[in-house]
Amino acid sequence: MTTPNPSRRVALKVLGATLGAGAFARAVAPLTEWTKELSLDAFLQKNYRELDRTELDAVLARHQQAAREKYQRDDIVIEDYRPQEGVEFGYALNLSVCIGCRRCAEACHEENNHDRRTHQSYIRVLEMEQGSFDMSAGRVDYEHAVPAPGKYYMPVQCQQCDNAPCVKVCPVQATWKERDGIVVVDYDWCIGCRYCEAACPYHARRFNWSAPEIPSEEINPNQGYLSNRVRPAGVVEKCTFCLHRTRAGRLPACLEACPTGARVFGNLLDPNSDIRRVLENKRVFVLKEELGTRPRFFYFFDK
Amino acid sequence: MSHAITYPRFLWRMMRRSFDGSWRFYSWMIFLTAVALVGLNAWAHQLTLGMATTNMTDHVSWGLYIANFTFGVGLAAGAVMMVIPAYLYDDHAMHDVVIVGELLAIAAIIACLGFITADLGRPDRFWHILPGLGRFNWPISMLTWDVLVLNGYLLINLHITGYLVYTRFLGKKPRRRWYLPFVFLSIFWALSIHTVTAFLYNGLGGRPFWNSALLPPRFLASAFVTGPAFVILLLQILRRLARLEVGEGPLQTLTNVMRVTVVLNLFMLGSELFTAFYTGGHHATSATYLFFGLHGHTALVPWIWSAIALNVGSLGLLLAHRFTSHTRWLNAACVAAFAGVWIEKGMGLIVPGFIPSTLHEIVEYQPSLSEWKVTAGVWALGAMVLTVAVKVALPVLRGEVRLEGEAP
Repeated sequence: MTTPNPSRRVALKVLGATLGAGAFARAVAPLTEWTKELSLDAFLQKNYRELDRTELDAVLARHQQAAREKYQRDDIVIEDYRPQEGVEFGYALNLSVCIGCRRCAEACHEENNHDRRTHQSYIRVLEMEQGSFDMSAGRVDYEHAVPAPGKYYMPVQCQQCDNAPCVKVCPVQATWKERDGIVVVDYDWCIGCRYCEAACPYHARRFNWSAPEIPSEEINPNQGYLSNRVRPAGVVEKCTFCLHRTRAGRLPACLEACPTGARVFGNLLDPNSDIRRVLENKRVFVLKEELGTRPRFFYFFDK
Repeated sequence: MSHAITYPRFLWRMMRRSFDGSWRFYSWMIFLTAVALVGLNAWAHQLTLGMATTNMTDHVSWGLYIANFTFGVGLAAGAVMMVIPAYLYDDHAMHDVVIVGELLAIAAIIACLGFITADLGRPDRFWHILPGLGRFNWPISMLTWDVLVLNGYLLINLHITGYLVYTRFLGKKPRRRWYLPFVFLSIFWALSIHTVTAFLYNGLGGRPFWNSALLPPRFLASAFVTGPAFVILLLQILRRLARLEVGEGPLQTLTNVMRVTVVLNLFMLGSELFTAFYTGGHHATSATYLFFGLHGHTALVPWIWSAIALNVGSLGLLLAHRFTSHTRWLNAACVAAFAGVWIEKGMGLIVPGFIPSTLHEIVEYQPSLSEWKVTAGVWALGAMVLTVAVKVALPVLRGEVRLEGEAP
C-alpha cells in the first residue's frame, strides 16, 4: 500500500473532522428543546427533606408561578402539607360491598391531576372469581355492567407499607415514609431509574413516560408539593392517600366517590376512629402478607 | 524528566495515535461513529419527548437497556477469566495477552454506564446519585452498591492498564507493587460486580422469577461464558490486524474455561426450570410465559428457544475435541455461546420478571426502534473505546512507541 501524500492526508482528516462535528451537532439538535425546560434553580434544588423554610417557600413559589402561567389559572395553589401530630393513617376496604364501578379510580384520576391521554389512576380494580383469591384469574379490563354474577371486586392502590420495598431500593432517597405512614416521592429529586417500580409488589407506582397533559379547565387547583401537583416527565409517582386533603382533615377522593361505602379511612392512633372499629371487629387481611411488607391498607369481607 | 511533563506528553501521543491509522481503522471507526451518532440522536429525542419513545410501560418498566446493561456487566466480569490463569496460575502465555482482557473490561463497563444513563428518566439529575453530593442510599439500596462496584472496577482496570502502558512508554520496567495488588483486587472485584448486579434483581420479593438464590451463581457462570468467547474471537482478530502475538496456549486455556462454564450455565438454568415447573403454581408463571407463552402471549418464546439451541449447540461443538481443533468450529461455538447468553440473560431474564405483572396482568413488551438505535449506539461507543484502547496500548507494550526514539 502506498502512503498518501501528507498534505492530502491532513486535508482528508480536516474534512472528516468537519463532517463529524456537523453530524454530531445534528444528532444532538433535539436537545435544544429539552434544555429550554431546565433551569439552574431547579438543577441545584436540594432534596425536600434538606430544604429549610425559606428555601421551601421559594421552591413552592417557583412551581406555583410556573403552573399558573402554564395553565393560565390564577387559582392554582401549591402548598406543603405536613403530617399532623398523633396521626397515622390506615385504610380499609370492604370487599363484600364493593361493586367494581371504578368511580374511585375515576375520582383519583381527576383529583390527582393525572395524564388524560393515558387515563392514568393510582387505583386498579380487579374483577375476581367468586370463591377464589387467585389474582391471575382476575382481570382489570372488564367492560360489562357491574356487579357481574359470580364475581367480586378488589381495588388495589398503594398499600403504604411499613416495610416498603420501593423505599429500600431507591438509590437517591427520593422516596420515603412519612411520620403519618404515607410513602411519598419528591418529584424534584427522583432520577427516574424505576427501580421502585420493579420492587413494588402491588403495581402501585407509575412512571411519567412523557409530561402529563391535562386541559387547563380540568386542573385541580388545590395541590400539594408531595402529592397531586402536575408531575414533570421522567419521574415516578404514586398514591399518597390524597395527603393534600387528608392532612387538612378531609377524606381521600376515592373514598368520597365510593357509592357503596366500601372504603373506611382514618387515624390508627385514635381508638374511636372508624378504621380502628374495622380492625378490631372485622376479620381483616392484607395483600401478599408473606412478603413481609406490612401494609397499612386492609381488606375485609362482611359476610 | 518529571511525570508532570512526561504524563501529559504520554496522553497527547496516545490521543494522536488514536486518530491515526490504516484505511481499515478509519472505515471501522467511521462506521462506529455513524452508529453511535444514530443512537445519540435517538437518545436526544427520548430526552425531549420523554421515555414514551420506548415501548416500556408501567407493567414492563425495564427493557432492552437494562437487559444489555446486565449482559455488559457479565462481559466486563468475564474478562477476568484471562487474569485468573495469568496471575493465579502463572500461565506465561496468558501474561502476554492479559491486557486485552483488561481493556475489554474497561470498554464493557463504559457501555454499561451508557445503558444506565439511557435508562434514566432524568439524567440531568445525575448528581443526586453521587456519594457525598447527593443523597446516596448506601448501604440499603443495591443500586448504590452497583454504582460503587462498577465505577471501582473501571478505575482499577484503568489504573492497571494505564500504569503498564505508561511505564513501557517511558521505557521502564513496571514495578510489581504498583500493579500486582490491583490485579488481585480486580479478580475479586470482577466477581463482585456481577454478584451485586444479580442482587439488584433477586432481592425483590415481589418478582418470583428473579427472587432466586441461584441468580448470582448463574450470572457468574454465564459471564464466564461470554467473556472467554468474546476474547477468543478478539485475540484472533488482533493477531491478524494488530500484529498481536498470540500462541495457541491462551486460546486453548479459554476454550477449556468455556467447556466448564457453558455446562455450568446450562445446568443451573435446568435447576431453575425444574424448581419452577415441577412445583408449578405462580412461581412458574413467568417461566411458562417465557418458554411456552401464556394465554396466547408468546413474544419471547422464539427468543428463548433460540438461546437454548445456541447454548446447547455451542456446548456440543466445545465438547467434541475434533471440532475445537478447527478454528472455524471453535469460532462458531464462541459466536453461538455469546449470542445465546445475550438473549438468555438479557431480554430472557429481564422481561419475564415483569410478566405477568405483580397484579397478574399480562402486558407484553417488544423494544421500539428508538430503543434499538440507542442500544446499537451504546455498543458502538463501547466498540470504539475498545478499538482505540487496543490500538494505542499494543504498540507501546511491544516497545514500538516510546517517549524517546520516535518522532513526536
